[in-house]
Amino acid sequence: MILAIAKSRLWNLRHDRAAFVLAFIVPIVFFSIFASIFGRSSGRATTAAVRLAVVDEDQSANSRRFLAALRAESALKVSDAPRAESGASVRYTAASAEAAVRAGELPVALVVPKGFGQSAIGFGPAADRAKLVILSDPSDPIAPQVLAGLLQKVAMTAMPDVMARGGIDALDRWGGNLTPEQRQRLEENVRGLSERPAPSPSGGAGGGAGLVEVTRRDVLGQKKGNPMIAFYAAGIGVMFLLFSAAGAGGALIEEAETGTLDRILSTRVSMSRLLAGKLVYLAGIAATQLTVMFLWGALVFGLSMKGHWTGFFIMTVSTALAASTFGLLLAALSRSRMQLVALSNLTVLAMSAVGGSMFPRFLMPEIMQKIGLITLNAWAIDGFQKVFWREEPLTRLWPQVLVLCAISVVFFALARRVARRWEAI
Amino acid sequence: MVFSVNRIGPGLPSFPVSRLPIPGPFPVYDPAFMTPPPLEVRDLKKSFGGIVALDGVSLEMPPGEILGLLGPNGAGKTTLVRSVVGRVVPDSGSLRVFGQPPEHPDAVASRGWVPQEISLYPLLTPRENLWTFGRYQGLSGAELDSAIDRSLEWSGLADRAKDRTSSLSGGMRRRLNMAAGTIHSPKLLLLDEPTVGVDPQSRERIYTMIAELKARAVSLVYTTHYMEEAERLCDRIAIIDHGRIIAAGTRDALVRSTLGVNQTVRIDADAPIAPALREKLERVGAKVDGLRVLLLADDPPKQIRDLLEAFHGENAGVADLTLKHATLEEVFLNLTGRELRE
Repeated sequence: MILAIAKSRLWNLRHDRAAFVLAFIVPIVFFSIFASIFGRSSGRATTAAVRLAVVDEDQSANSRRFLAALRAESALKVSDAPRAESGASVRYTAASAEAAVRAGELPVALVVPKGFGQSAIGFGPAADRAKLVILSDPSDPIAPQVLAGLLQKVAMTAMPDVMARGGIDALDRWGGNLTPEQRQRLEENVRGLSERPAPSPSGGAGGGAGLVEVTRRDVLGQKKGNPMIAFYAAGIGVMFLLFSAAGAGGALIEEAETGTLDRILSTRVSMSRLLAGKLVYLAGIAATQLTVMFLWGALVFGLSMKGHWTGFFIMTVSTALAASTFGLLLAALSRSRMQLVALSNLTVLAMSAVGGSMFPRFLMPEIMQKIGLITLNAWAIDGFQKVFWREEPLTRLWPQVLVLCAISVVFFALARRVARRWEAI
Repeated sequence: MVFSVNRIGPGLPSFPVSRLPIPGPFPVYDPAFMTPPPLEVRDLKKSFGGIVALDGVSLEMPPGEILGLLGPNGAGKTTLVRSVVGRVVPDSGSLRVFGQPPEHPDAVASRGWVPQEISLYPLLTPRENLWTFGRYQGLSGAELDSAIDRSLEWSGLADRAKDRTSSLSGGMRRRLNMAAGTIHSPKLLLLDEPTVGVDPQSRERIYTMIAELKARAVSLVYTTHYMEEAERLCDRIAIIDHGRIIAAGTRDALVRSTLGVNQTVRIDADAPIAPALREKLERVGAKVDGLRVLLLADDPPKQIRDLLEAFHGENAGVADLTLKHATLEEVFLNLTGRELRE
């Protein structure tokens, strides 16, 4: 009897394609997506290489050696010039590197100042030593930490002679030939070192003293609270927008199943008008959802809406349109409610994982970052980040708005075409 | 073979059109002088895959008539209705609603459809449902408001106007379904099995609503497989089977033309009928089926006497004897060799 019950359920599963997909296909798809984001084929977890702009203001032999060693680090991907102008003549300057970080093209930049070559490595504090400057985007807390650590490592491993010379200089300065007086003086200096306050583990502005002096400066977001609030409001907002749009689009399937769609289409309402009406409703609901999400972020998590309303409006409308047409398309493609549930779970979760709703894209391997651009999540999140985090002018939103609007047009056209199956037969 | 419906007034004889000697019996309308009929169908054909749903249907109805489409499930009734409301595109033939093709805006405005399913939004109230379908039919403003009030009154749902539709009884939902299909006051209404699954009390209420439509001179196409309903409500009945209209006319005309008589005698024997008695009964034209004896009666007094004499002569007993009018069920049985509800 028990086996008969199990067998009957097995038959049921075999005939229910949606349940079958949910049970076996969806987990495999998600396993693959997350394995691609967090893992490599070797099976060892690795972090994506940190993309880095370098500016060599020193142009000395030492600075070139130092940067050459930095380039050899596999954890870094060093650029001397903007991608579009990779000719040797247009290299990054301190200003253009800062602008690139501010625009989100790179998470971090390194400026090697004049005079670095003369006093590249030193032991102990020295106000006159040239400091390397890390320009960072605080929305990526990992990149500057990785860079700061590697700067010290490179200094030690790639420039041993410079390090030795620095040691001798230090010995000469602090100890001389180690007479009792010298020893006492050395002891005092060492004690002085130990009594210095420990550098902030965050490596914030001011930086910590090491073999090379490094200072870090956040180039944006200094006045903001948690830099990730806008990201999560957009990321989570878009994901749930897609879910709710797909669910609401399912009304079309219910209307088809109950015969209401037949009745509607026998009146003056055509299929195009019907879909347009549903799009207006879905986009209205989606825009309201995003607004509620961001207002909640402002009230509870200190997200600043001031001065961002216009950008927010533009991004909200284009995101709501894209998400709504996506919902309509899924509903038009599905033959039943169950199919819609399976299809929307699969596509929304996959898009959200790859598109950066669940995990920031800038922390993913570069190939995954590129793949993410096929999702509307990525474009929507990038747009909201431009508005709230980078505070870029509205004109810089055009790529995101253009892509989201193009997605809306294509999805609506596809939904209309697929919906022909509901028209008169 | 061409099938169509002859336009015959009440009380005049009607014949299964396949027996008509002259093909193509369509009245000729001159558009310059006459209003086009509410519905005019000529040689309509439709197949789904290899399955023939309509196989050359032709019919026509005058204004204000209630035309019953009677046939078993799968006969083609719903396909015909869906063709009239533009939801099915025929493979061939022609179809006109008040002289216009079904998709023409004038045709859309002048026809209404009450589908067999309860095609409403269950979470909306009756008022909200009527507003929705009123807007879909192009009504707005005061015209829409008064149409909603009138429809709620007509369907007896004024006091439930603000309840959720899902909380209404099955009969109430049926009435609201009808109200949604007539919110724009169509001149031609297609009712597809409006009483399926409805309790007798609600059914009476629906009959009253239909009578009110007829009083407003609305032309009605009423599909059903309940012959009692067809007999009671319809001015004329078209019997449809296997995608063809096999007979059409008034109830009496159909019975006379099909069966030749208008009454049947039925005797129930009180014991199994012996072969000798069976032979005598069959000799006077009766059909014996178990204990039941049936005879189409063109001269009931004489034929009843003959039957009873046969029973008496064989010393057989009679448990029951009835003389009744022939029904559409018997007409259908006679035309198709099958029960209507098969």
